[in-house]
Amino acid sequence: MKTYNNKAWWLVLPVFVLVAFSAIIPMMTVVNYSVQDIFDPSTRYFVGTEWYREILADPRLHDSLVRQFIYSFCVLAIEVPLGIVVALSMPRRGLGVPFSLILLSLPLLVPWNVVGTIWQIIGREDIGLYGWILNSLGLDYNYASNPRDAWITVLVMDVWHWTSLVALLCYSGLRSIPDVYYQAARIDRASHWAVFRFIQLPKLKNVLLIAVMLRFMDSFMIYTEPFVLTGGGPGTATTFLSQTLTQMALGQFDLGRAAAFSLIYFLIILLVTWVFYTAMTHNDDKG
Amino acid sequence: MAEIRLEQLAHSYHGAPSNPADYALRPMDHVWEQGGAYALLGPSGCGKSTLLNIISGLLVPSEGRVLYDGKSVNDLTPQQRNIAQVFQFPVVYDTMTVHDNLAFPLRNQGQPRERIDARVREVAEALEIEPLLNRKAQNLTADEKQKVSMGRGLVRDDVAAILFDEPLTVIDPQLKWRLRRKLKEIHQRFNVTMVYVTHDQLEASTFADKIAVMYEGQIVQFGTPRELFENPQHTFVGYFIGSPGMNLLDIALGTSGVEFEGRALAVPEAAVARLRQRPEGRLQLGIRPEFVQLVAPEDADLHGYVDLIQDQGTFKIVDVRLETPSAPVIKVRLEEEAAVPDGRIGLHFPEAWQRFYIDDHLVEAADEDL
Repeated sequence: MKTYNNKAWWLVLPVFVLVAFSAIIPMMTVVNYSVQDIFDPSTRYFVGTEWYREILADPRLHDSLVRQFIYSFCVLAIEVPLGIVVALSMPRRGLGVPFSLILLSLPLLVPWNVVGTIWQIIGREDIGLYGWILNSLGLDYNYASNPRDAWITVLVMDVWHWTSLVALLCYSGLRSIPDVYYQAARIDRASHWAVFRFIQLPKLKNVLLIAVMLRFMDSFMIYTEPFVLTGGGPGTATTFLSQTLTQMALGQFDLGRAAAFSLIYFLIILLVTWVFYTAMTHNDDKG
Repeated sequence: MAEIRLEQLAHSYHGAPSNPADYALRPMDHVWEQGGAYALLGPSGCGKSTLLNIISGLLVPSEGRVLYDGKSVNDLTPQQRNIAQVFQFPVVYDTMTVHDNLAFPLRNQGQPRERIDARVREVAEALEIEPLLNRKAQNLTADEKQKVSMGRGLVRDDVAAILFDEPLTVIDPQLKWRLRRKLKEIHQRFNVTMVYVTHDQLEASTFADKIAVMYEGQIVQFGTPRELFENPQHTFVGYFIGSPGMNLLDIALGTSGVEFEGRALAVPEAAVARLRQRPEGRLQLGIRPEFVQLVAPEDADLHGYVDLIQDQGTFKIVDVRLETPSAPVIKVRLEEEAAVPDGRIGLHFPEAWQRFYIDDHLVEAADEDL
């Protein structure tokens, strides 16, 4: 006969405390800001959903939201296939294995602002290697004045910085496929494409799910690189959500609006991540 | 459909083998005839799977040739050899349905759709997996998955041979027996060469017409289950086949004939003469537990006491410890109802069932000796 009691809750309590301080309380503070107009600690007015209505109608938010989705879409569309291709072409045995692993890990170790600075210099048309080469080839490249060039530079930077992560995740996934699957495929006379489509891709599903979610969340929150490169310019061409938010909260000290913005931002990430997750796992329990 | 011939085939996983122990497979010649049902029987690590992978082309042998119908296929990939192989652990294409899994090898050959459907139905029916055809393969149980794996091996009817690498390891004992029968039926129906790797002698003898026994990278005997039982060519076959295995006694040639630890044994004259002609080596007398007779002490050359009686249900195994200095145990297999005498007993080895080995290899008896 088992005795049932609630003692186990004591074991869970430390986690509750931790999560409360790290997530719930800060978030509730933001919620608090988002429903009040605060002038100083003694002068505040409850405004209900006013900030939300205002922010949802704000063209600045609309613009940077659209920009943000296009950017994250481009990042995923480039980095995920490229990461898979890199992982597939990595050596499986021999000295090449540690060599390629180290090579791929290097970009991941570089801090965001350093990446921004590196590309800021490398892209300059006077002293930067790429900028100079492109301009010498007759291409008119200038990230500081041309929005298209600024976009390309920010994207290339992200691809350079983070494709390794996708590649390493996929490589670990590929390595865990037992040889016998490849042997069976040879016996069944499967083409290379069929091996990829029916063995490698299905077995990579779980790591790809993680890779897609990580890269989505990260790219959706991008701040440092465009900020370092052009400060969000030229104009507002590379001003993404987080930078719009920062300008609002710290530049204009518009806390109510910024808080409402933050929560909407948070809900968007949550929603999109949930959609990804559901889309990629919904087949699992079907018979 | 093909006859598979191995010519001076050997394989080593090391670069340049310098002694026999470096070989996973020692040089061998062997023929699997078209349409035969064969078993490759041996303990773990004897090279069974290596040999199978060489036949299918997953592994390139370091020496010798593999011939299908007389043509060397050494340079051909498994795809080009057109061979089917079923592995020890189930391999299914998770995202496909069972139907698509079975159809996959045929689709890769570009066969017409109606034919594929007909073949898939036929194989699914034979393996009793028709109700699963529309299910996703990843949600099946281990034995269902293994049936699908086997189905993919059976679905092509133009293959040179179907190779099974311990395919029933993950299957329940009862189902195992049914599936073995199924395979046998399928073999008879489609008349395709099948080679079945196993370490289980019962599995080998229920499936195969002829069994190749492998030991330390060599095929030590190739024969029907009966030949392996009655006439083991190698002491390993005697020991590995049968339950329990053959009794083996180290013997010597004395002036009076064959002696075991100083005692003369009743052995046919002709056998002694043959042993004297052979080069010297380790001499052993082998006799199956089924053929040892318990007799009165005065009628026997060897004597001992009953050590242990194991009742196996339909028969019993009696361990008799001999009186000789090293006190070896002779196993005797008796009918369930046979009485086991108490006290000192005699052991009689009928001449017809005595087998002699020099350095583990059988000294063949001419027919008139038996």
